[in-house]
Amino acid sequence: MVGMEDVIPSQIHKGSFMKKIEHKIIREWCKGCGICVEFCPKKVLQLDDEEKVVVRYPEKCTGCRVCEYRCPDLAIEVLVEKEDEKQAA
Amino acid sequence: MGYSIKDYIRKRFFPHIWCPGCGHGIILNNMLRAIAELGISKNEIVMVSGIGCSSRISGYVDFHSLHTLHGRALAFATGVKLSRPNLYVIVPMGDGDALAIGGNHFIHACRRNIDLTAIVMNNRIYGMTGGQFSPLSGKEIKATTAPYSNVDPSFDTVNLAIAAGATFVARTTTYHFNEIKEYIKKAITHKGFSVVEILTQCPTHFGRRNNLGGPVDMLKFFRDNTALLGSKKIKQNPDLIPRGIFVEKQLPEYTEEYERIKKRVKQK
Ligand SMILES: Cc1ncc(C[n+]2csc(CCOP(=O)(O)OP(=O)(O)O)c2C)c(N)n1
Ligand code: SF4
Ligand code: SF4
Ligand code: SF4
Repeated sequence: MVGMEDVIPSQIHKGSFMKKIEHKIIREWCKGCGICVEFCPKKVLQLDDEEKVVVRYPEKCTGCRVCEYRCPDLAIEVLVEKEDEKQAA
Repeated sequence: MGYSIKDYIRKRFFPHIWCPGCGHGIILNNMLRAIAELGISKNEIVMVSGIGCSSRISGYVDFHSLHTLHGRALAFATGVKLSRPNLYVIVPMGDGDALAIGGNHFIHACRRNIDLTAIVMNNRIYGMTGGQFSPLSGKEIKATTAPYSNVDPSFDTVNLAIAAGATFVARTTTYHFNEIKEYIKKAITHKGFSVVEILTQCPTHFGRRNNLGGPVDMLKFFRDNTALLGSKKIKQNPDLIPRGIFVEKQLPEYTEEYERIKKRVKQK
């Protein structure tokens, strides 16, 4: 059983538009189907040796969230900092 | 938008039971986005399902839920709606559940125009029981019960629903995640019986037996072999499977008509 507190903290990075982007991946929910890897428009994601998704090229990510919306296992969530939050910070 | 669909699931049952790449999970994902964007409270939703891999969906959502009998979800849902007309009642069904064993309930729910949201998760196979053909499989499809290929022609869910009287009818696929969200939003807010057919992949039984590759290939098939109603793509190639909203109209709704008769009788 996995609670949200067990989410693997993925690196928070500046994506290609210099927005702060965070991928929240629940590793134990990922079944390695490869859907997010194949359909990511920027080829940011990969499967590792254990057939789990990893963020391989974070600097290319646009924060489009296509990977999140097509994941059949709800294993990947993309948090994108909004413009106004950036200004406030 | 500032929501997480994780607020709408029963996390203790995850990872879910569906196979890697099963399209049912993509439907769950985007149905929850639709509900979150509509901002409906969890307490106002009842999800009623029958039996099948698809029907397991009701166990994963944090709403009121009923997991009932194979093919009978719409009958239970009708009862729920008649007793509590103010609740949103959502009924996800497999193609076997909705249109084989449940076909009769389906056409009569359409005919009554009762305010339910039916979601047909059409993978063209009986996934749960190991890959028997369904009335949506179609000719030339291989299944455990048609090892040399199927001779039955298939139903067209959309045409069937329209002919039977449904007042909101739409179709999309698991490739088109935003359409799933948008059509389900419209279906839930529509007053009357709504049907959203979602073509979905069962890589384990349908894909494997019919040499369609894995989940990624099956999604590409949906991308390449469907087109939006009225689009240039479909005008140039009318053989593509049409997606979109086929019917959206207002007719008297069943529970409201029922209330009207009740009032009339009481006044006498
Ligand atoms: C009355 C009854 N008949 C038959 C079954 C066996 N059965 C369970 S699920 C199923 C079909 C599932 O196919 P579908 O509804 O298309 O859903 P999927 O598993 O493909 O998502 C059948 C025939 C049953 N559970 N109850
Ligand atoms: S789509 Fe989801 S389950 Fe499939 S590989 Fe990506 S994160 Fe894992
Ligand atoms: S948010 Fe978009 S660009 Fe970034 S990893 Fe997901 S699909 Fe790729
Ligand atoms: S058998 Fe098919 S429908 Fe059932 S969970 Fe597996 S892929 Fe999905």
